[in-house]
Amino acid sequence: MTAVLDHRRTNWKSALDWVAVHSLGLALGLMFALPIVFVFLTAVMSDNQAFTKDLWPHEWHWGNFLEVFDKAPLLKYLGNSMLYSLLATAGMLLSSIPAAYALAKLQWRGRNAVFLLVVGAMMLPPQVVAVPLYDTWSSLGLTGTLWPLIVPYFLFDAFSIFLLRQFILTIPQSYVDAARVDGCTEFQALVRIVVPMARPGIAATALFCFLYTWNDYFGPLLYTGERPDEWTLSLALSSFKGMHHVQWNLAMAVTLLIMVPAVVLFVFAQRSFVKGITFTGVKG
Amino acid sequence: MTATLERVDVVRAAPARGRSRARHRWTVLAFLAPAILGFLLFFGYPLVATIGFSFTKYDLINPPEWIGLENYSYMVTDKLFRTAVYNTLWFVVVLTVARVVFALGVASVIARLKSGVGLVRTLCYLPSLAPPVAATLVFFLVMRPNDGPLDAFLGWFGIEGPLWFADPAWAKPGITAVMLWVSGDLMIIILAAILDVPQEQYEAAELDGAGPVRRWWHITLPSISPVLMFGVVNSIILALQLFTQAVVAGSAASGSADVTGNTKILGFPENSTLTFPVWLYTQGFRYFDMGYAAAMATVLFVVSFAATAVLVQRMRKASYQEEGGPGA
Repeated sequence: MTAVLDHRRTNWKSALDWVAVHSLGLALGLMFALPIVFVFLTAVMSDNQAFTKDLWPHEWHWGNFLEVFDKAPLLKYLGNSMLYSLLATAGMLLSSIPAAYALAKLQWRGRNAVFLLVVGAMMLPPQVVAVPLYDTWSSLGLTGTLWPLIVPYFLFDAFSIFLLRQFILTIPQSYVDAARVDGCTEFQALVRIVVPMARPGIAATALFCFLYTWNDYFGPLLYTGERPDEWTLSLALSSFKGMHHVQWNLAMAVTLLIMVPAVVLFVFAQRSFVKGITFTGVKG
Repeated sequence: MTATLERVDVVRAAPARGRSRARHRWTVLAFLAPAILGFLLFFGYPLVATIGFSFTKYDLINPPEWIGLENYSYMVTDKLFRTAVYNTLWFVVVLTVARVVFALGVASVIARLKSGVGLVRTLCYLPSLAPPVAATLVFFLVMRPNDGPLDAFLGWFGIEGPLWFADPAWAKPGITAVMLWVSGDLMIIILAAILDVPQEQYEAAELDGAGPVRRWWHITLPSISPVLMFGVVNSIILALQLFTQAVVAGSAASGSADVTGNTKILGFPENSTLTFPVWLYTQGFRYFDMGYAAAMATVLFVVSFAATAVLVQRMRKASYQEEGGPGA
């Protein structure tokens, strides 16, 4: 008898628990989504309503999303952002894949020390090295352009090397050894065995590199701040609010537009993103 | 069995042949060549140069002039340097605690969901894709004094909101709110660690009569402590580098048009958002006092290095376990 009662009580308790956890989960999801909803609602308001307390648009001004292109040369900034992100990502892949392979699958003395240097460089705040780097690029006459931001990726990107190494480590050594026994050079083993097998990891690393450069603010501010022609979207957005500070709706329309590429990428490559993030953290 | 034997043979055979060994060395070098060059050009050299510049007076136009420790002794008297240190320390403490506790809390809830996990996880992660500039402006709208959504919400409870980003007491908490909103990556790392905890441990504890809270406290928390440690160090490094959100919040709140030229907006209001990197940037690239900026960069480097050393220690342990496992 008591056993039955106990059982019933646990059922009750677990049902309550289910409801509690799921309403909490729903509340959290809403909490994260609501700011974006407010931004969207503001972006389609009329100029006047954007100033008021009313959160729901009286009329839907879809034209705001087009109007912002008249207020600022957004297409030019979009081009600059694309140039920076795509070239940097391509350069990163060329330079980081071989380096990550050497750190993960080749045996050589000093490998651990080099890996520690990579991790150290990954954690170094960009502000620490900014003064001499700016000095150098300025003496080359390249400040005011995007090249100081892009060129380094063709040689060294610590975070990408670290992340790619983590992925390549998960490929069984026996595959690489088998390729060597079959007479493959290390280059062939990399191109024919490791790169195809590490494709999800390479995709995740490329996504992170694209996103980081797309979102970068300090770099473009440092090198192109004085040259509005070379601004990226992030930099333009930070000034847009100021230039049109009376127009909340337009500022928010630009804010939404700048988020679109990242969200689209995420929708198509959700699994790569999640994999990449969990690989970034230490596996406990 | 045979497979293992073969592998041993290959490993043993390789160093025996001198020519292939030399070739191996060249291969390693070729694969690493761009990275070595890049590291030296963009990290090694500028790091040494920063330390060198920190002993000089340098404005980018005239050649650097040696002034010894003057930049460092000036720091002690620089009021805004102290403000910047205070603001950054504030973020190191508050942001680190808030970020780890918040991410742990959200991940713990998501881990217990039976349905809708994918949707909730996506919603929590999406904001972290937003560019920092955009995320800060989003909160600038939400926390708009008087007529913003947050103040409208507080109004239901009869609470009148402060001036948020325009109030020196609320600007840093405002930036912290932005940083929590975009902490989805840490949530996913912690969530993955929670889901990795062996189910048998929970079952054993359940048989012993432990409720969900005790199971979380005695099994989940100790099992994921390395990841929480990662979260702490990672957040400290994030706080030490806080720049974009501070600049954007300050400039938006000041209502000024020009982020790139105007120095008054940096740190607005009343220098409450003047973080260490912001003051470094102002000195070097607005006042063109490169020597003083380099001295500040050196200080930032020493502190970041200490934080990084802890993290490296942790990761070395973790990657050692990873490689040491069977089949690796």
